[in-house]
Amino acid sequence: MSTMIDISDLHAGYGTGEVLKGVDLCVDQGETVALMGRNGMGKTTTVRALCGLLPARGGTVKVAGSDIAGLAAHKVARMGIGLVPEGRRCFPNLTVAENLVAAARIGSWDMARVTELFPRLAERKDQMAASLSGGEQQMLAIGRALMTNPRALILDEATEGLAPVVRSEIWDAIASVRAETGLSILVIDKSLKELRRIADRGVILDRGQSEWTGNLDELSVDEAARLLGV
Amino acid sequence: MTREGIVNAVIALGLLLVPLWALWANEPFTITLATKVAILALAGVGLNLALGLGGLVSLGHAVFFGIGGYAMGILAQHAQTFDPIMEAPFLIEGTKSMPVIWLVAVVSSALAALAIGALSLRTSGVYFIMITLAFGQMFYYFAISWPAYGGEDGLSIYVRNEFPGLNTLNPIEFFGITYVLLLAALFLSARIAASPFGLALTSARQSPQRVETVGLRPFRLRLTVFVISGAITGLAGALFADLNRFVSPTMFSWQMSGEIMIFVILGGVARLFGPVAGAALFILLEHWLGGVSEYWLIWVGALLLAVVLFAPGGLIGLVTRGQK
Repeated sequence: MSTMIDISDLHAGYGTGEVLKGVDLCVDQGETVALMGRNGMGKTTTVRALCGLLPARGGTVKVAGSDIAGLAAHKVARMGIGLVPEGRRCFPNLTVAENLVAAARIGSWDMARVTELFPRLAERKDQMAASLSGGEQQMLAIGRALMTNPRALILDEATEGLAPVVRSEIWDAIASVRAETGLSILVIDKSLKELRRIADRGVILDRGQSEWTGNLDELSVDEAARLLGV
Repeated sequence: MTREGIVNAVIALGLLLVPLWALWANEPFTITLATKVAILALAGVGLNLALGLGGLVSLGHAVFFGIGGYAMGILAQHAQTFDPIMEAPFLIEGTKSMPVIWLVAVVSSALAALAIGALSLRTSGVYFIMITLAFGQMFYYFAISWPAYGGEDGLSIYVRNEFPGLNTLNPIEFFGITYVLLLAALFLSARIAASPFGLALTSARQSPQRVETVGLRPFRLRLTVFVISGAITGLAGALFADLNRFVSPTMFSWQMSGEIMIFVILGGVARLFGPVAGAALFILLEHWLGGVSEYWLIWVGALLLAVVLFAPGGLIGLVTRGQK
């Protein structure tokens, strides 16, 4: 099995502060990996470095075998990294359909397939993205990332701040994307229960380092309490 | 039809009916005014692509307007003196053919926009405004100090250029040409705004980083729209020179850039027909107030202030009350 995302000994930070002090993370082709950790441990910073939004200060980030060092964010996206950013960041001044069209790249994911995955987006096709509910915006953000026909999907806190019913809708959608496609998925979330159901492996960050890696079912109660505070 | 669609249709029809009425009433000067509106509106449609769609506040669009004007001036000057532009290594002669002049105007202003855009789009905000202004001044002073083509005095062309099958010296026929070109440019910008490219550009104006994470490069989107925008304004410049049968360095002046921007802001930034409404109002004010006082621009200034403060969507925004 080939490695889609390969991060090794990654160091990165903002200004004089170093946030990542040696992150190791790899996602194989078709694999779903959960990235976990308490607040401020470097999850989103890892994602930013992976997407080319933040330069690495040390270590390497490889996408499908090639190093992304020095590449601009749009080039990394073209290599097949589809980011669903934290906080449901759609294009607020476009309609739902326009959001999807603006990001579209040729491939098996098109408008029809995305609206099949999220029928609610079809209903709201001509509505402005800013007027959607939180859950719908999240669906749109996932749909938009899929429209770029990525090889790996990065979901940063996809269910944060959503109502339980909407959450399970999002989880179901992620599960069906996983089952239907050979997409590699890196999912960042806090819900251990859902991640156990969906992820093949888990990586837990603590103070900017990969502290624990393995099958989430094997995560002991003590370790969960220590590393995740649950 | 949306409210804005109705307003647009009324404006388009009005701009057509006024000169037709003037033809019937035998008022050729009104036809010339309408032609001027159509040409300046075309320049505004060009700027509106960069300003409205791309969010690029260019204070240097007179560069393209002037290049279009000089493309016409230089080609027609050589044609009327029967003096080739260059003989070696190959012969290039002047021409009086409008389509050829338009092509030269569009291509040369697009190339200028590519060069200026590639340099100035590395900056943003107030720096972008200053750099585009600086390019404008460069071209202005270059035109003033270029004696071969009239320098400060400009170039006079005795007879209007030719268009196959039409008598361009007949005001209504020349108006027809400018009107059709204006409609074509409006159609093109509507298509651009609705295309994936236009949508991505709209998003890049508000959230460039989000556009990057879907694999698009805001710089390239902006440069592309800047080139299209410059080319359309260049075409307007060639027509404007043909209307006056005169080209001078004032076409390159920063006041000209400002005027084109005023059309867009008065009419409504990012509104398809904004520049048309703005140019029409500007020419009407120039015509009416210009007869009352030499300092008529003070009233335009007051109006501009009122629009910016109380009606940010311009005239079109005011009439449609913010509805799309």
